[in-house]
Amino acid sequence: MKVTTKDVEYIAQLSRLTIPEGEMEKFTEQFNQILNYADILQKLDTAGIEPTPYVLPISNAFREDVALPGVTQEEALKNAPAVHNGGFKVPRVIE
Amino acid sequence: MKKYTTVIGLEVHAELKTNSKAFCSCSTEFGGEPNTHVCPVCLGMPGALPVLNKQVVEFAIRAGLALNCDIQKFNKFDRKNYFYPDLSKNYQISQFDQPICLGGHIDIEVEGGKKRIGVTRIHMEEDAGKLNHSGATISTSDSSAVDYNRAGVPLIEIVSEPDMRSSEEARAYLEQLKAILEYTDVCDCKMQEGSLRCDANISVMPEGAAEFGTRAEIKNLNSFRALVRAIEYEVERQIDLVESGGHVVQETRTWDDAQGMTLSMRSKEEAHDYRYFPEPDLVPVELDDAWIERVKNELPELPAQRQQRLMTENGLPAYDAGLIVATKAMADYFDAACKNAGDDKAVANWLLGDVSAYLNNEGIEIDAFPIKPENLGEMVALIKGGVLSSKLAKKVFAEMLKADKSPKVLVKELGLEQVSDEGAIAAIVDEVLAENPQSIADFKAGKDRAIGFLVGQVMKKSRGKANPGMVNKLLVEKMQ
Repeated sequence: MKVTTKDVEYIAQLSRLTIPEGEMEKFTEQFNQILNYADILQKLDTAGIEPTPYVLPISNAFREDVALPGVTQEEALKNAPAVHNGGFKVPRVIE
Repeated sequence: MKKYTTVIGLEVHAELKTNSKAFCSCSTEFGGEPNTHVCPVCLGMPGALPVLNKQVVEFAIRAGLALNCDIQKFNKFDRKNYFYPDLSKNYQISQFDQPICLGGHIDIEVEGGKKRIGVTRIHMEEDAGKLNHSGATISTSDSSAVDYNRAGVPLIEIVSEPDMRSSEEARAYLEQLKAILEYTDVCDCKMQEGSLRCDANISVMPEGAAEFGTRAEIKNLNSFRALVRAIEYEVERQIDLVESGGHVVQETRTWDDAQGMTLSMRSKEEAHDYRYFPEPDLVPVELDDAWIERVKNELPELPAQRQQRLMTENGLPAYDAGLIVATKAMADYFDAACKNAGDDKAVANWLLGDVSAYLNNEGIEIDAFPIKPENLGEMVALIKGGVLSSKLAKKVFAEMLKADKSPKVLVKELGLEQVSDEGAIAAIVDEVLAENPQSIADFKAGKDRAIGFLVGQVMKKSRGKANPGMVNKLLVEKMQ
């Protein structure tokens, strides 16, 4: 086992996900399955091959620098749980 | 106490002067009601897709070339993942391991000559939104209101090498960088509006040590003054810590300008674990030589070149030229005023003297200076031509600050023309000589001071308008 439940807890915390106690084992196992598959790929000899961040043969998809109206403030705030002075109200940020 | 060496590196964020945001078409205009320059992309709505603004790449190349960097032909964007309310998507689109520019430098003036400060890298990224805190500061607020107008505004982050050794060097670097970004017109560099922001990495080590000390990163440096004060405070704090047997913790601290100190910023966020990965919603950017060459050929004159030009073409001393080119607006004003002045050094003296004093007093920039450059130039020409004395020019200057009138008109209106008409001056000279026989006797007895007194009397009678050289000459002639 490369990944322990502790690693899963840490990653869940970084991703703001709550993992129910009973599913911890299952997630840990699935994490490890993914990493084991990566291990298989790592056995391939990739010497001299450039990393491939993108597989599509497309580059330079640009927009011209023209400003256009977006949505109204009212629309923007429609899903906000709380609103204050035209902004999304959020709880205290610093400890 | 041991001697310590300070080590400083700066990270500068510059908002690019585009019309629209980096990955959507929303306006980048500063201000505006909260959340009115927003759309599904910059609000982070599920399914919304970013499309890169071509001008962002253009500006990043231009800034990179102006800072002597190598432009990287293959570019990709990466996601920097973290949760913070100012980030609508919970990731920032940035460039991680392959920034657009590498290995540049800026030369700064330090005591005893030039010093070269390395520029490690420049990368493109998007700005975050703005938190408006309910209390006076972030630490005393129960809640904040998030405004995403700024979210997605394009930035370049310019990272320096840890090459600076004092607050003065850091200041000189930031001033030079700001000037270059202004001259290349990629950023409006308004620190008070946050379009140019600076973080400082600061550490101390015993003099002669081989390894740098542990650094603290200081944020919230919104002015040159704040940068200098924060560095000085932080260096003292770290030295005190080390001297008293403690050690510096690697952490982010915020500069509290009101209290004049840096404070530890314990964020609710986890330690920096950003889990960068390539942004799958954007395709790579591949630059060709033609693009880079074109930007290089279109590069405008940079501050160092302009300073050189002011020295060789306008005959200014290096120091004066350096002060004038520090802001592009001041240099432009200088050029415009010189057109009809006929005395470039005098224009520089006015700019660095009375004009700068006025700007400092009013707390404004040269852009908002009420006197048009052609009017300042004309005033200098009037002085040079002997029409206006330097003393009365101060009056004209004060009037021009109040009303947009040409100095020629003002000289007439206020009756300030210097009198160089020999007949008119001779009449006053005769009058003064008749009233002061004792001074004539003193002069004849060899008392040189008498002539000064007589000149003063003539100037007084002419209400300062007589040409002093001519007064002197006529007095001597008539007394011999």
